[in-house]
Amino acid sequence: MSAFDAELQLRLQDLMARYALTLDEGRFEDWPDFFTGDAVYKIVSSENHAQGLPLGVIDCRGQGMLRDRVMALREANIYEPHRYRHMLMAPVVTGRDGDTVVTETGYHLARIMREGETMLFSTGTYRDRVIEAPDGTLKFAERLVVFDSKRIDTLLVFPI
Amino acid sequence: MTDRPLRATFFPMIPNADIPLADLDWTPGVTSRVPFRLYQDEEVRALEGRRLFQGPVWQFLCLAGEVPNPGDYKTTYAGETPVIVTRSEDGALNAMENRCVHKGALVCLDDRGSVKELTCVYHNWLYSLKGELTSVAFRNGVKGRGGMPEDFDMAAHRLRPMRVAERAGLVFGTFAEDAPPLEDYMGSEIVDRLERVLNRPLKILGYHSQYLNNNWKLYVENVKDTYHAGLLHLFFATFRLNRLASEGGVIVSEDGGNHASFSRRRTIHANAEYDDSKLRAARDDVRLADPSLLDSVDEFGDGINVQILSVFPNFILQQVENSIAVRQVLPKGVGETELNWTVLGFEDDDDEMTAMRLRQANLIGPAGYISMEDGAVGGFVQRAIQGAGDDASLMEMGGRDHTSDNTRTTEASVRGFWHAYRAHMGV
Repeated sequence: MSAFDAELQLRLQDLMARYALTLDEGRFEDWPDFFTGDAVYKIVSSENHAQGLPLGVIDCRGQGMLRDRVMALREANIYEPHRYRHMLMAPVVTGRDGDTVVTETGYHLARIMREGETMLFSTGTYRDRVIEAPDGTLKFAERLVVFDSKRIDTLLVFPI
Repeated sequence: MTDRPLRATFFPMIPNADIPLADLDWTPGVTSRVPFRLYQDEEVRALEGRRLFQGPVWQFLCLAGEVPNPGDYKTTYAGETPVIVTRSEDGALNAMENRCVHKGALVCLDDRGSVKELTCVYHNWLYSLKGELTSVAFRNGVKGRGGMPEDFDMAAHRLRPMRVAERAGLVFGTFAEDAPPLEDYMGSEIVDRLERVLNRPLKILGYHSQYLNNNWKLYVENVKDTYHAGLLHLFFATFRLNRLASEGGVIVSEDGGNHASFSRRRTIHANAEYDDSKLRAARDDVRLADPSLLDSVDEFGDGINVQILSVFPNFILQQVENSIAVRQVLPKGVGETELNWTVLGFEDDDDEMTAMRLRQANLIGPAGYISMEDGAVGGFVQRAIQGAGDDASLMEMGGRDHTSDNTRTTEASVRGFWHAYRAHMGV
């Protein structure tokens, strides 16, 4: 048996679930806190990812860009009110890179519109690089969201 | 009961192609009023399929660089018609309908690939890269029985071809033999504006596919609507990328169908019309935590920071700062549209330039700070007009014609679209 770190597994599960709940409850101002100061957050289609094309739908580098996404969705952009509901698979630790834990977590994401429609908006995987911050919490140094269908319905304004 | 007779009973069994949409209430020549029915009618969709998308228009198919080598193919659409683009052994670009002559099945099932010949999986009929029928499985039967009739002439059958033209690395196609040459169709001013941006070998940074819950024409109108950009898109106005008060204008081709709008942001001055009025989009209390998003260079050397260009019916070239993309608008039924983005850089971009383009790509696409609203407003219209009956839109900003202008506070290029549309559709 290879070493299975049960405590780490539970901590990762807790991290993933808290992240999803934060978005599902619309607490977007808390969202950047899940990331390190110079983190990469990128949403990319599996089509682009498989071809090695660098284009993301959202491509944030660092806390400033994360916070600007939140500013924009609060203050700048026009869209109909809607909410998310994430369903997560268990995180799988796929590797270690020094103190960084490399993980992959599948998701289903439902979008609930103002008028009542619930649609399966996106499925995919989070490909994460997780580190333990000085305060002892786990944070994303990189969160790559690879979505399965290249097609996005109408628009994407909230982070996944 | 509706007080308007159902069209099906009004014209029972008289398909007369000379009187399309005979009950459409639309004064001849008028383009500043457009009946809302044109966005919600199956009869309109069918007529567009025949007259417009199969007619003498040039439709964007792909980039030449997506099929660089002999044997390469890419699948796409011309209107709702599936199309294959190939590079044949002689190095030529070819385009043809993706429909086997036998039973009408799709021949190519993948987005792209590289093959020696085209094979229909259904009954293994084979085609050359130019679309000529080269083999019919068991043509001579098995053990002397079955097979095709002796007078079956292979050379008389092929995948229905499109004429193809390439310009600035873009591949356009048309089903019509009588379409004018591509450059004449675009007009020299539009060709100049196209080649102002696409002036050297391209590099693809990636793709977006955005699915819009509205008729395709609503998106094309939005692209041509120079009036909305600084009003709907707070990002444009607040961060002074584009305001109607900045220097710019719109070029509309003579037939109305093609346009290029442009502006120079460094000419934005404190402006009474913007700063004193209650425009939602003009806010000075919003700041970026990381303003590097808006770092840009004047790479074309003329100070134009935004140029949006369209070619009738469904091609768009966008330059927003250094973010360059081509967009293909594809109807998917009456009320749905697929918007395909190909986001570009140039082969001679260094890593720093590529990083800048990718950073600016946050402005565009389905999650773009600027463009996301364009994905939604068409749906707002589509839903709002459900009860509009025979009513029409009202588009008289800048007059009622479709001439070029040195202001963007005009709907001239939208009216131009409808001028071309009426001519092609015969309505």
